[in-house]
Amino acid sequence: MPGAIYAEGLVKTFGDVRALDGVDLDVPEGTVLGLLGPNGAGKTTAVRCLTTLLRPDSGKAVVAGIDVVRQPNEVRRSIGLSGQFAAVDEYLTGRENLQMVGRLYQMKGRAAKARAAELLEQFHLADAADRPTKTYSGGMRRRLDLAAALVVSPPVMFMDEPTTGLDPRNRQELWGVIKQLVAGGTTLLLTTQYLEEADHLAHDIAVVDHGRVIARGTSDQLKARTGGERVELVVHERDRMGAAAEVLAAFGKGSTTVEEHTRKLTVPVTGGAKLLAEVIRELDVRGIEIDDIGLRRPTLDDVFLSLTGHVAETEEAGEGSPDDAGHDQEKEAAK
Amino acid sequence: MSTATDTAPVTASANPVSQSIRDSLVIARRNLIRMTRIPEMVLFGIIQPVMFVVLFTYVFGGSMKIGNTTDAGVYKDFLMAGIFAQTVTFATAGSAAGIADDMQKGLVDRFRSLPMARGAVLTGRTVADLVQTCITVLVLAVVALLVGWRTGSAEPTNAAKILGAFALLLLLGYAFTWIGALIGLSVRTPEAATSGGIIWLFPVTFVSNAFVDSSQMTPWLRHIAEWNPFSATVQATRELFGNPGVVQSDAWPMQHPVWASLIWSVLIIAVFRSLAVRKYRSASA
Ligand SMILES: Nc1ncnc2c1ncn2[C@@H]1O[C@H](COP(=O)(O)OP(=O)(O)O)[C@@H](O)[C@H]1O
Ligand SMILES: [Mg+2]
Repeated sequence: MPGAIYAEGLVKTFGDVRALDGVDLDVPEGTVLGLLGPNGAGKTTAVRCLTTLLRPDSGKAVVAGIDVVRQPNEVRRSIGLSGQFAAVDEYLTGRENLQMVGRLYQMKGRAAKARAAELLEQFHLADAADRPTKTYSGGMRRRLDLAAALVVSPPVMFMDEPTTGLDPRNRQELWGVIKQLVAGGTTLLLTTQYLEEADHLAHDIAVVDHGRVIARGTSDQLKARTGGERVELVVHERDRMGAAAEVLAAFGKGSTTVEEHTRKLTVPVTGGAKLLAEVIRELDVRGIEIDDIGLRRPTLDDVFLSLTGHVAETEEAGEGSPDDAGHDQEKEAAK
Repeated sequence: MSTATDTAPVTASANPVSQSIRDSLVIARRNLIRMTRIPEMVLFGIIQPVMFVVLFTYVFGGSMKIGNTTDAGVYKDFLMAGIFAQTVTFATAGSAAGIADDMQKGLVDRFRSLPMARGAVLTGRTVADLVQTCITVLVLAVVALLVGWRTGSAEPTNAAKILGAFALLLLLGYAFTWIGALIGLSVRTPEAATSGGIIWLFPVTFVSNAFVDSSQMTPWLRHIAEWNPFSATVQATRELFGNPGVVQSDAWPMQHPVWASLIWSVLIIAVFRSLAVRKYRSASA
């Protein structure tokens, strides 16, 4: 039986660009699929096809057991969408936005009102509920957008880069909200440019590039292919590199790579920061001087490098500029 | 997550027509709320025609020949039907910009992912614009009376005819907002929509009987002006207001301006509504 979200051979072209080049997906009910890929990979196009906004050129898409192309309106009753950019009316208050969405989901006026109040509470927006959303910070607007997607508690949810452009604090908070939601049994397809995010939220990950799924698996499986966490260090004196390699061998979970000319040693590890501290202590005990040491976690780039042999061709860093983040915090603090 | 309220979406609405009306009203309400939060938009919509009234009556009045007189008072009474008609068509820019803005902000995507009636986003917008047009027309009528415009100044008229004239004007304005809706869906930015919604209105409203007596134009221009859909409403309004300058012409729309105005407006709504709704269904920001 196909899952709550099912796609087979989805193709969508825009002129010469094959935004989707035969995408297959199968998301079992109650699970989270992370669609991971760089800018321009086709993530948004996939979400738009699955949420009835775009008609695929060919292929099959079934959401909540309903054919997306043939019965779009039936699909719309069963999904919630939080698009890549928060889609809220900036001149309406948070409450008015949610009530409007409730009414458009065909809820009765009183029910829409009650549901809006409930969601505002849940998403920590009660204090700002009656202010136009123009005055909201980026994080608040994102939360409101997510709330709007949840008005009818749809069984299937789509979120397109829900945390792109948010500062770390807002990102953490949103992750919490998403986890709660999933714990309630919602099936979720989430797109992201961050391996960390997919790792944190998704049961399964599908890596997309140039409109194709180039790898899929759990985050552990992907990380195993990528090499997982590593300790990287640069030794101060070249003749102590051998001694340092001995230390790393004792802590590492694989063979140590040595780059002579940069005096850099790398070893895969498990155990994170705690282990890193132990490595530093041991190096200290042995009197090995180091210029630099750090724990490196695999990023989207690493996944790409190991899958394709080239780095992800991101057009622009998806991360919000420091300015944005500062702005967010300011507004959040000002409220 | 707590779900204290019953959040199950109401099952398939029994009647698509009533759902369509309901959804359109929800969207119209939303756009009217927006209007109250951006009052300067409404204000500019009012200032522009008021400025036109003042400029045209005081600058052109006295040098424009209507029939066989250049009397400034006659021109003032002649002019108002033209200004009213031009004013209602300017709502086109508002609806174009509003819809382009909704596209750019991703709101159209949100609406399209909801189980709502197909044309409701556009109908709601045009209905809200109609409300704004009513307000503008009302203020304009007061200003016109203040500068000395009077109905029945050339021919006798009555309240029913005057109300009929306003109804034709509003219908024309409503029809034009559907052209605006299509423009809004076709351009990339709200700025482009504003200019795209307005520039073509200048030739349409000037190559007409709105501001000059079309019977004094060169024959080919006169022909265009008198078959211009816009002119039919101007002629009808002028006639129903009992104002001077109703042109005698062989052109059918000038002989039967009320019918012509109605037919043109209904035709514009029918054509542009179906084009816009079709475009909306495949719209992507
Ligand atoms: N409406 C469109 N018109 C033309 N090209 C588009 C359109 N939408 C997306 N594309 C192109 O399709 C590709 C995939 O885009 P998208 O799905 O937005 O990627 P992602 O969301 O992963 O960043 C890109 O090359 C993009 O330029
Ligand atoms: Mg995208």
